[in-house]
Amino acid sequence: MMKKFLSALLAAAMMALCLAGCGGDTTGSGSGSGSASGGVAKEDIKVGVIHIGDPAAGSGYSYAHDQGIVGMQKNLGLSDDQIVRKNNVDDTKTADIENAITECIEEGCNIIFATSWGYMDVCERLSAEYPNVFFSHGTGVVSNGTNMNHYFGRIYQARYLSGIAAGLKTESNMIGYVAAMGQENGEVTSGIDAFAMGVESVNPDAKVYVKVTNSWYDPEGETQAAQALLDMGCDVIAQHCDTPNPQLAAERAGAFGVGYNSDMVNDAPNATLTSVMWDWSVYYTKAVQNVMDGTWVIGEKVEDYYGDMVDGLVTLGTLNTDLCAEGTEEAINEAKEKILSGEWDVFDGKTELEDNQGQMHTVEGADYGSVNWYYKNVELR
Amino acid sequence: MEMFMKFLVAAIVAGTPLLFGTVGEILSEKVGHLNLGVEGMMALGACAGFMVGYLTDNLVLALVAAFGAGLLGALIYGVLTVTFLANQNVTGLTLTIFGQGLSNFIGYFMLENSESGTLKLPAQITAQMADVHIPVLSDLPVVGPLLFQYNPFVYLAIAIALVCAYYLFRTKTGLNVQAIGENPGAADAASIQVNRWKYFNILLGGGICGLGGAYCSMIINGGVWLADSTGGLGWIAVALVIFAAWKPQMAIFGSFVFGGLRVLKYYVPSNVINIPIAFYDMLPFLITALVLVISSMRKSTSSRIPGSLGVNYFREER
Repeated sequence: MMKKFLSALLAAAMMALCLAGCGGDTTGSGSGSGSASGGVAKEDIKVGVIHIGDPAAGSGYSYAHDQGIVGMQKNLGLSDDQIVRKNNVDDTKTADIENAITECIEEGCNIIFATSWGYMDVCERLSAEYPNVFFSHGTGVVSNGTNMNHYFGRIYQARYLSGIAAGLKTESNMIGYVAAMGQENGEVTSGIDAFAMGVESVNPDAKVYVKVTNSWYDPEGETQAAQALLDMGCDVIAQHCDTPNPQLAAERAGAFGVGYNSDMVNDAPNATLTSVMWDWSVYYTKAVQNVMDGTWVIGEKVEDYYGDMVDGLVTLGTLNTDLCAEGTEEAINEAKEKILSGEWDVFDGKTELEDNQGQMHTVEGADYGSVNWYYKNVELR
Repeated sequence: MEMFMKFLVAAIVAGTPLLFGTVGEILSEKVGHLNLGVEGMMALGACAGFMVGYLTDNLVLALVAAFGAGLLGALIYGVLTVTFLANQNVTGLTLTIFGQGLSNFIGYFMLENSESGTLKLPAQITAQMADVHIPVLSDLPVVGPLLFQYNPFVYLAIAIALVCAYYLFRTKTGLNVQAIGENPGAADAASIQVNRWKYFNILLGGGICGLGGAYCSMIINGGVWLADSTGGLGWIAVALVIFAAWKPQMAIFGSFVFGGLRVLKYYVPSNVINIPIAFYDMLPFLITALVLVISSMRKSTSSRIPGSLGVNYFREER
């Protein structure tokens, strides 16, 4: 009796799922086909966002991206049901990524923002399968010019400026850097190099010591790595990882730090000198606006985006002037002025930069992915 | 040498949450109940401890809340497995998922209602959690930093482990409790109240796990709330029970060894010895596997797994 009832229930559930799937499909292609006639009307826009974490968890990567989505929604006046969020999508699990994205498409999304590096391959595959959906992949390198692009920015500019604050502050001339990934990861390593160049510009004697947690989110490991750097004698701790834990470890030890992703002065007001931050709303607003006014036509033409401090995509958080060494603000503003005016850039593609093995390299900012060497004053520990 | 001392200190700090979890799990396994919900009970304790600390600015209340939250998690497990004889593995896994989910949910709720977008413990409780400083003793060279300069949780964990070791191996009740884990039918025949002591141990173990969770959210994360703050430590605690051969006194040693393995990668200078980081991440589990192999080869009775571990006791089927 029980078995019969259960199987009937299961069958009903399966039918309901099938129906839901079909219904979703038709709306998906329906809203996509409207794009052929130039721009997509505002009410036809539906944005799907794939987050690697949960933005509600507070400070960190997903939070920063979601603030960008919220900003875009406000700037363009989209309603809440035009945004679909998929949270906690592990970027190493292909099936999960595919489910999350196809769910968005079934719910009628015509723009997908995939915020993490690991979503790249699935986006590439699905962009061929769904030509009327625009796949925008954060931090990646793949694009097809018709319905998939990638977006990122010159975060190294802000890292360079934060290096100035760190270089002026350190007294032991030992600066720690908690890195999520090792030397082979261009995103992390180019940031370390830019930071180290900022340090060198004001303090040629200081060295930057790197410890790698090998994880994008590891609260305990980030604390331990920072503690190990403090134990070595570092008195300023910078970071490329998600939690404010390195800042808090520095605060406990009476040392200082440079935060990342969110304004960590809020978390460790007695340690954080400043924070390196993204304002993703700059890109998200631009991308959706471009689709709406026909500058980008889904299925015909989309362009890659690589923002910088001039756009406002990359910024420096609150400068904690009570903690910073004298003259920090002036030194940062001077360098910032040169970057904003276009007179000079950290990675200009021309200047020869020496790595810690004595080799010379030139880097254009957009090729940050190829940076797999540490600048001469950096040491992996 | 100085760096080595700092490594030992870091190892003990890293091992402390494991010690809470391991002792809690040993108490539960000693009555024959494999509770895979350690991670969940720790998550509940992490959340309750942090939030109560955040709202009341009182360390004692925070610890009581963490203990109580872990105990309530264990109560769910106890009712399902002891009274209703549900499958222990499934119940434990469910408890882990439930505990993490509830803890994160409450965290999100509190974050949304906070003004600054971040939850930070107030000043008084932060000061109470700071490393202790005992006059004279803490200032001794070598011995001072190595023994007398930890946060209060470290001493609490060791004290709890020692008390539990005494309880299990030196009191009559403890020996009765062990009999339940070996053969509940025989214990029942010897007029030991099986279910009562099963509940007692499971609940006490859950409370201790909850304290371990509070350590994660309050000490490791420096007093700022983070989601998923227990970060898988509960699972390592389950493995550590085997390493510790079901003895709380061995758990002290074992958890500090595991703590050392967890921080090793940050203290071995990679310009001297360069091994892929993944190797260090693997070490605790490799060593657990080795201990399993060695202990099963030795077949010594003292380090044996409780006889009825994982098997529910149904009196009418005796």
